[in-house]
Amino acid sequence: MRAKTKRKSTGTSDSDDPSTEPTALTNLWRIKKYLRPYRVRLGILWTLVLLNIISGLAIPPLVGRAIDGPIDDGDFSRLWPLVAVIGCLGAADALINLVRRYFQTTTAMAIEADLRAALYEHLQKLHTGFHDRWQTGQLLSRVTTDLGMIRRFFAGGLVFAITSIGMITIILAQLLWIEWRLALIAIASAIPLFLIGRAFFRDFLPAARAEQDQSGEVSSAAEESALGIRAIKALGRGPLMASRFDVEAKELRERGIRKSVIASRSWSAFGAIASAALGAVLVFGAILVANGQMTIGNLTAFIMLQLALLWPIEASGWVMAHGNEAMTAADRVYEVFDTEPAIQDRPGARAVERSDVNGELVFENVRFAFDDDPREILAGVDLTVRPGETVAIAGKTGSGKSTLVSLPSRLNDPTGGRITLDGTDIRDLQLASLRHVVTTAFEEATLFSMSVRENLALGRPGADEHDLEEAVRVAQAEFVYDLPYGLDTRIGEQGLSLSGGQRQRLALARAVVVKPAVLVLDDPLSALDVHTEELVERALAQVLQGTTALIVVHRPSTVALADRVALLHEGRIAAVGRHSELMESSPAYVDVLSAESEEVAA
Amino acid sequence: MVVQNDKHASWRGRSESAEADRTSAELEDEESIRQLRTASRKLLGSMMRPHKRSIWFLVGILTVQVLGSMSTPILVMFGIDHGIPAIADHGDYSVMIGVGIAFAAASIIEYVCVRLYIVQSSKVGNTMLYELRKRIFWKFQRLSVAFHERFTSGRVTARQSADMESIRELTENGVDDLVMAAMNVVTITVVMLVIDPLLAAVTLLTFPLMLMLGRWFSKVSAIAYRKARETVAVLIVYFVESMGGVRAVQAYRREDRDRELFSGLNTDNRFAQAKGHQQNAFMSGGMRGIGHLATVVLLLFGGWQVMQGNTEVGVLAAFLLYMKRFFDPLNELVQFYNVLQSATSALEKLSGVLDEEIDVPEPEAPQKIASPRGEIRFDGVGFHYREDQQVLPNLNLRIPGGQTVALVGATGAGKTTIAKLVSRFYDPREGSVSLDGVDLRDLSEADLRANVVMITQENFLFNGTIAENIELGMPGVSRERIVEAAKVVGAHEFIEALPDGYDTHVRKRGGRLSAGQRQLVVFARAFLADPRVLILDEATSSLDIPSERLVQRALRTILADRTAIIIAHRLSTVEIADRVLVLSQGVIEEDGTPDSLIESGGEYATLHRQWADSLV
Repeated sequence: MRAKTKRKSTGTSDSDDPSTEPTALTNLWRIKKYLRPYRVRLGILWTLVLLNIISGLAIPPLVGRAIDGPIDDGDFSRLWPLVAVIGCLGAADALINLVRRYFQTTTAMAIEADLRAALYEHLQKLHTGFHDRWQTGQLLSRVTTDLGMIRRFFAGGLVFAITSIGMITIILAQLLWIEWRLALIAIASAIPLFLIGRAFFRDFLPAARAEQDQSGEVSSAAEESALGIRAIKALGRGPLMASRFDVEAKELRERGIRKSVIASRSWSAFGAIASAALGAVLVFGAILVANGQMTIGNLTAFIMLQLALLWPIEASGWVMAHGNEAMTAADRVYEVFDTEPAIQDRPGARAVERSDVNGELVFENVRFAFDDDPREILAGVDLTVRPGETVAIAGKTGSGKSTLVSLPSRLNDPTGGRITLDGTDIRDLQLASLRHVVTTAFEEATLFSMSVRENLALGRPGADEHDLEEAVRVAQAEFVYDLPYGLDTRIGEQGLSLSGGQRQRLALARAVVVKPAVLVLDDPLSALDVHTEELVERALAQVLQGTTALIVVHRPSTVALADRVALLHEGRIAAVGRHSELMESSPAYVDVLSAESEEVAA
Repeated sequence: MVVQNDKHASWRGRSESAEADRTSAELEDEESIRQLRTASRKLLGSMMRPHKRSIWFLVGILTVQVLGSMSTPILVMFGIDHGIPAIADHGDYSVMIGVGIAFAAASIIEYVCVRLYIVQSSKVGNTMLYELRKRIFWKFQRLSVAFHERFTSGRVTARQSADMESIRELTENGVDDLVMAAMNVVTITVVMLVIDPLLAAVTLLTFPLMLMLGRWFSKVSAIAYRKARETVAVLIVYFVESMGGVRAVQAYRREDRDRELFSGLNTDNRFAQAKGHQQNAFMSGGMRGIGHLATVVLLLFGGWQVMQGNTEVGVLAAFLLYMKRFFDPLNELVQFYNVLQSATSALEKLSGVLDEEIDVPEPEAPQKIASPRGEIRFDGVGFHYREDQQVLPNLNLRIPGGQTVALVGATGAGKTTIAKLVSRFYDPREGSVSLDGVDLRDLSEADLRANVVMITQENFLFNGTIAENIELGMPGVSRERIVEAAKVVGAHEFIEALPDGYDTHVRKRGGRLSAGQRQLVVFARAFLADPRVLILDEATSSLDIPSERLVQRALRTILADRTAIIIAHRLSTVEIADRVLVLSQGVIEEDGTPDSLIESGGEYATLHRQWADSLV
């Protein structure tokens, strides 16, 4: 079990064991930043809470006066004005309650939404390496469940906690005033309560954390088997996936129960200790009364007040659990907030305008290694792409082509060497403007459940009809006009009813719409049939004329697009030249790009 | 620049059917809502039934606990009324000691009850949730690909995360409060009726008001919470997709637009969620108001009664105290009503999922294929995804066992549809598809999948190591067999070069590997599955030429004694086929061996020539 948890945590988060950190409360405290915009509202809210307590407390004495006065005297004419006052107070109490609750939820929801928006914004900035490691389900459970817990704490638990602390203090003061010896017994009972509370914090926090983490695992499992449904169905592995899900869900159940067992230890003791203290006070009080050291009236009042203590003490167990869960939630949320985006603007980075870019892209001794693997995938790449030139990158599967093309738009940063655009290190350019100038299209088209238009205009929201038409034509994606609602048709997350070739053409069109100075394409035509490929190439060739382009190719037919080809071999550029030259001079190149040898062998 | 209209409808686009987002049980009309509510109640019943005994046990514990807590005031009263006089008058401590012991006993009972209740209820609640999770997961697994395409993975996730969370909250908090409050209401009502029926009757006049308020709230809030469950689902769909595709978002600098859309959904959700809570505020204020109204009525009427000498002051005082004890827990409960309504809406959503009809159902009496040869037949098969677009008009095709058939044709010719029909992702609208003479609809899922495996173009890798991903082809197989499979398809070399070899974690969706590498892993997985019929849908498109060469060499051996259907744009893959079918608009235009088709000079010959030209 332990080993499993260990493996999990490395799979889902980068941080060390989070439960040992005493930062839980600090992280919850950090949320105050998000409360600040609502401070006026919160001020009103607290005032209303106070008023509500007062209005609630004001009624019983009046009722008492009504009974002792007019009713006892049998004077109806004096009764109804008093009842009218009670009625008005009651109406006010109800109204204040309504307004407070209305404000409370509205404000809490607003704060939750703000936090969610901030978290989303932060996640957008985190580099792909982070997203590769974190399962979407884990992120999702932070954005939904955890934020919900924090919201509920601020909307309910906190109000509750403060009210009960207030009540406990007031009552204790009253008790001391009435009879200090008895009050000491009541206060002494706070010692075991405190000890139990401390143990509760120590044990419950990690248990709550474990449950929340596992809930993220369950979401991840659910999400993955929905995304991979075709692969699962194609192999008939539904039952296997279900049994794996079962393991996660069962673990969640176990952790949920474990958490409750811990909670039960203290909650039950809370109520029991409080009522045992009451018993002790009663017995000792009775002795005091019998000895004439205390009046019966005082003892009754004392016990009545202590009875009123029972409820807030019992409730504090619930409040503590709530608070604990909110702390864990805040911890999990800040785990994300505290991850610094690895790819950021350097200080003093400058913006770059599309019109100022010549488009000379130079790789200087570029090296790259994954953070968990010391071996370099790129071991010193030197390559110059001249303005307006199209260079194809060829190489075996796993030679690092896809890594190489992720560098110019800084989806990854090289671990050594540098890349320059018109002589400036791209890390000295503002990220947003760099990606405006350099556009990358991947082999696997990521389409979103949105209209075709929205998908096409992904990189240029302001693109007009003409731009879209042009791009659709270049990518030979005219099929979009035949969809039921044309460009307004919603296509699914996985390009649903679209074939691989259609999706790829959409992705290509999307890149073309941007009209960047530097276009990077990762094998953009692999899923197209020969005929379509030829048409696309012809149209694309025109687009590429004024554009610097880097294209990963797998097939000789795509090479035709390029002015020069670079062969990536063992992390370096082994050869650069025209296709025909390389076919003659480089055996490695022939091996990678020529189908001829196979033809001959066949 | 054209300023775009930012209404959601415009960016989300129009869907083929308005109900795309819902299960068919969730239509908007009154009738469906009523049915949905019945269904969700049934679901709740079916969740609780296996735990009937534990639930009764819990109710028992709670009853003991309530009785125990009610004993406290009585003990105090007894101690003051009898214990103190005994000490003061006779120096007799025995009564007080008895009270002390009773107090200790009550505390112990309370301790045991609370502890038992928390642990037991958590066990029952978590087990019920676990069983529901399993049911929902399995249901989603059995629903057809068509359903998933419509419903989207984000929504599937939302049902299994946010909706489940709503229900969990219900089981975790407040059920005990609900039961206690209910017991409280009943006991107090009975006590009041016993003490003074007339006064009780007048007090109970406020009941109808409470009921009306409750009715109003549950009606309007059901709508609000239903809406909120949907807005949160849309939010989750957006979140899951944009985080899954974050690479594209970053590469296209879509962050701003993305944030704008997300924040729109976030705000929608915020207001939808707040709506129900705001209605709850009315309910809460209303309940308090009714409580005060009851006090006022009681004071006036009861006061008049006392003055008339019809009742005692003490009775009135007791009534007023009981009123407070009556309404206080109810006020607490109103808060819990939020959780309850939210969970009810979630249950409705989930029962909609469970009731969704499976459009590719398991046969009731599955037939067996004794020794599969792998013969595939299409008899008069008609198929369309949308009414107005026939994909396959009337397909008749026989693929004898062991034959390798390549499907060639333009996009939209129906190649992938044929593949999907053979692997029963869909059922034909007309005619039948059969394996060795048995209609696919009569084969059990397990039998079908053991015999027919499709490699799709999406190369999906699961979270886990490379070995685990390959092993999916035949779960439980030894490491040697996994390595062997990888060797056959030519994946061994690159896998060995990874930091942890076969135990390298592929990261989310295989982000650690290139598209070509993922394809090889998927190939190894399918090879390990060792089916009679193998379908390759564009399974080699991402491979570079050396890998493709390896795969092709492997395919010759792998496919030698198997039936295979290959869809490929690259004719190099097609060349290993025994037979080529050229499709156009769902109709077979040419049918023959590759060589014979080249000689006949038709469509295939043209394609082949273009392809050969592209090689240089």
